[in-house]
Amino acid sequence: MTTLKQHIILKAEALKIGYKTRSGETVVTSDINFELQQGQLIGLVGANGIGKSTLLRTLIKVQPALSGNIYLNEKALEELSSLALAKQLSIVLTEQITSKNLSVYELVALGRHPYTNWIGNLTKTDQSIIYNAINLVNITELKDKRCYELSDGQLQKVMLARALAQDTDIIVLDEPTTHLDMYHKAYILKLLQQLTKETGKTILFSSHEIDLAIQLCDTMIVMTKDNAIYDAPCNLISKGVFDGLFPRDLIAFDSKSGSFRVNK
Amino acid sequence: MTPQKTYRLEFALLVTVLVLCFFINLSLGSISIPIKSIFNSLFGTIENSTWEVIISDYRLPKAITAILVGSGLGISGLLMQTLFRNPLAGPFVLGISSGASLGVALVILGSGLFGGFLAAVLISKWSIVIASSLGSFFVLLAVLAVSSKVRDTMAILIIGLMFGSITAAVVSVLSYFSSAEQLQQYIFWGFGNLSNLSWSELLIFSIIYIVGIVLSIASIKGLNSLLLGDNYAKSLGLNLKQIRFILILATSLIAGTITAFAGPIAFIGLAIPHLTRQIFKSSNHKILIPAVFLFGAIVMLICDSIAQLPGSDYTLPINAITALVGAPVVIWLLVRQRKMMF
Repeated sequence: MTTLKQHIILKAEALKIGYKTRSGETVVTSDINFELQQGQLIGLVGANGIGKSTLLRTLIKVQPALSGNIYLNEKALEELSSLALAKQLSIVLTEQITSKNLSVYELVALGRHPYTNWIGNLTKTDQSIIYNAINLVNITELKDKRCYELSDGQLQKVMLARALAQDTDIIVLDEPTTHLDMYHKAYILKLLQQLTKETGKTILFSSHEIDLAIQLCDTMIVMTKDNAIYDAPCNLISKGVFDGLFPRDLIAFDSKSGSFRVNK
Repeated sequence: MTPQKTYRLEFALLVTVLVLCFFINLSLGSISIPIKSIFNSLFGTIENSTWEVIISDYRLPKAITAILVGSGLGISGLLMQTLFRNPLAGPFVLGISSGASLGVALVILGSGLFGGFLAAVLISKWSIVIASSLGSFFVLLAVLAVSSKVRDTMAILIIGLMFGSITAAVVSVLSYFSSAEQLQQYIFWGFGNLSNLSWSELLIFSIIYIVGIVLSIASIKGLNSLLLGDNYAKSLGLNLKQIRFILILATSLIAGTITAFAGPIAFIGLAIPHLTRQIFKSSNHKILIPAVFLFGAIVMLICDSIAQLPGSDYTLPINAITALVGAPVVIWLLVRQRKMMF
């Protein structure tokens, strides 16, 4: 897929996120603006509890925005039917899947649900898309295993294959690198980068792996206490955005290497 | 989700066993009737009019009831296990049977409070059926309302237990005011009974049952999405509110009518889906629903054959047999797997 004409997949406009409570609303972050382009890898970073998950939950329509607008392929998110949304946006969450008794193939095949008939029969096209997704994340040898037999890293790849099989413009992943060792963290994020290049899909993920995200992402959304800054990693470094991310008593950002160092 | 494996052999085997169990069930009882005579009787040639009457008026409706009850309870258990993401869910544990019992208790025992004509109307079979279905429907609605508030599925099971306690309490209060005859009727209903359905009642039973089964089959795709969890299912375009309502409606129709016509039958709804998963190593509902149907029908026919105590004039309560078969199965599964999968 060529990306000659840059196309905006997901757009947030003066977005205010948080929770409605009985006494009013608890605002997590306000005035969030970004335009995610086709074929880009976007990392969402920020300290614990800063609202990364709230932002992702709002973007995937699990919870409503307090105010502002979200556009998916130029259509307002709240106007999309759940089926139309399912054909444009797929997700990989941190929560465990309910049934680990499913085989890997069955799980990936579930990604075809928005396209299949009332009982979920797979056509030849569906099957080739499923196999393609399985090949893209290199899990062909796991195809017939059941999910409870898999390691965390393998399961994460399977969930990614399921999202790919859903054949959407954008994939949103909530902390895909949790519970993984250093090698697999890099592996998964590198795989995401490859996928954006090979398939032209937009991939948005939240992560605590700021060092890796800086190296791999096209653009990043950095959430701090007051706002969310959207820019390319090198611009974010030169603006000194990462310096203010954490309290400086323990770790500091080294702009030369683009990574955090522990104060000795 | 098209299964990679079609399990043709397993299905063929189950169908054969079902047919076999069906004829053995017809043959066994206080009087043993040879299978050959059963064939002759079913297909028109009369050779022994007593046997003819036993088969057509008693054993055949009972065998069909057993098939409907076993398959229906198995399927409603399967639906509940997937909906509540809980391997221990089943019509009995979730309080559906308690709800039905409460409805029936109010009708049978409570009718004494009204007396006269109204009591006669209330105590008819149909009012028992309606009361039982309504009771199970309301309990399921309550369980669903709670399950949308609390994410902890243990809480839902505890609520099922609480409904059991409420039923027991109401029954004990009502029994204080009711006659010995009414009490006996209620207790006998609680034993479970497959054999007191006339053909016309069986017709109504099957119509409601079929509606429930059709709803279940129509939910196969949604059920498979639910295996991933609510948020994933929603991201696949599933309307969660709608599927929850349909599943609860199907379960209360199936389990509610079964409880109404045959009494609260324990353990089949819980044990059958797990036993089925042991043989069909799949969580795909396109495989599981027909497999659970066959398995449930077979187990119920066998339980009924045992309950008839072949060769004797006694009949054991069907509920005692299903519990004796079902409870060890659940324990065995837990010990063997250390964890119940679904």
